[in-house]
Amino acid sequence: MDIAKRRQLLPIVAFTVLTVLTAAGLSALSAQTAERIVANQRAWDMRQINELLSAAEYDNDVFSDVIAVGSADPDVQLLGPGAPHEILRATQNGQPVAVIVRVTAANGYSGPIDLLVAIYADGTLAGVRTARHRETPGLGDRIEITRSAWITGFNGRSLQDPAVEDWAIRRDDGVFDQITGASVTSRAVTSAIRDALRYFEAHKASVFAAQNAAGDSAQ
Amino acid sequence: MTSLSWRRVLLDGLWRQNPGLVQLLGLCPLLAVTTTTAYGLGLGLSTLLVLSCSGLLVSLTRRWVAPHIRIPVFVLIIAGLVTAVDILMQAWVFELHRVLGLFVPLIVTNCAIIARAEAFASRQVAGYAVLDGIAHGTGFAVVLIVMGFVRELLGAGTVFADMDMLFGPLAATWKIHVHEGFLLMILPPGAFFVLAALVAARNAVVARTLQSTNRESAPVVTSTS
Repeated sequence: MDIAKRRQLLPIVAFTVLTVLTAAGLSALSAQTAERIVANQRAWDMRQINELLSAAEYDNDVFSDVIAVGSADPDVQLLGPGAPHEILRATQNGQPVAVIVRVTAANGYSGPIDLLVAIYADGTLAGVRTARHRETPGLGDRIEITRSAWITGFNGRSLQDPAVEDWAIRRDDGVFDQITGASVTSRAVTSAIRDALRYFEAHKASVFAAQNAAGDSAQ
Repeated sequence: MTSLSWRRVLLDGLWRQNPGLVQLLGLCPLLAVTTTTAYGLGLGLSTLLVLSCSGLLVSLTRRWVAPHIRIPVFVLIIAGLVTAVDILMQAWVFELHRVLGLFVPLIVTNCAIIARAEAFASRQVAGYAVLDGIAHGTGFAVVLIVMGFVRELLGAGTVFADMDMLFGPLAATWKIHVHEGFLLMILPPGAFFVLAALVAARNAVVARTLQSTNRESAPVVTSTS
């Protein structure tokens, strides 16, 4: 190979070597930290769950006891867009205690709102938390527990308290106060919670009976 | 090129060519992330780390990088570093990483970093390149911290909220709640206002220093009748 060709080739070889080294380095780093990151994510999820259910109420590993509600389920739209929706099941001595349903409210002000809805086996709400949203800071973001206590207003409620027709914000002739200046957000969250309760009421037995395998649809 | 000294390099990065107040680079994270001191500090430290390491690596590899492929090489180095920082943040400051979200990977697009690689690190020895990265990174970080502090104090009414995301649970006690906050300051318009004020303040300082130096060196004029 003559000098000119070698001159042209050297930078390309150097670049390729650099790329391979970078990829290798990042893979190694990723492998080294993977366990720690998974643990962090798990701790984060656990913190959210602990706000909804106290650890004394259940004795299983809720993250291993999951079913997924897929698009084959006729009532899946009650849980919002973005199927499959996960339902984590909490049991004590094998007896059903509660479920935590991941739902999505489609009609948030700035996009969909992901919620964690915890429902006791008897249909009463243990509580609700936001998982992800893009609502306006200072207005819609007051659905977050760190911004205001509004979301705790749903604790202990059920489809009998109030009746299904009254499960709406005050402006829509319901009983729930909307967040001042954020009625769109309030409406989206309230109806998502109501629909989650409706899904649970219709499918309670099968949710707890379904085989534990994430990815299977509940019947 | 005028003579280089570590003092000059430091002064350039921190003051004369400050990325946030003079070059006005990296404005996207600057405006979006500075809603509290903690977030500004977090992103500032990440950017500082990337700037310093990219200075080092770009300088060390400068002999093997032909001019016509230098940009892809710089991008490779910077993207690799930011990916590493992203992974490390997920492992060690998970909650902060969650809050900063998109803006950690977006450090790659911070023009200040590739600008320093192209204009300085690729032409200097490793020592100066690293120092330059540290200087510019620190200059940028200081602006992030100050903006975060001001916007948090005015907009949320708190001081040092969420510091536990960086420094551990004990730091949660640092938070002081002063007043209810003026919402606008933590929204985008507030970011622009605060940045404008900081740039104006810096310009005023520079103008005043210039004025006083001129006065010292100007000849005293006496009228002769």
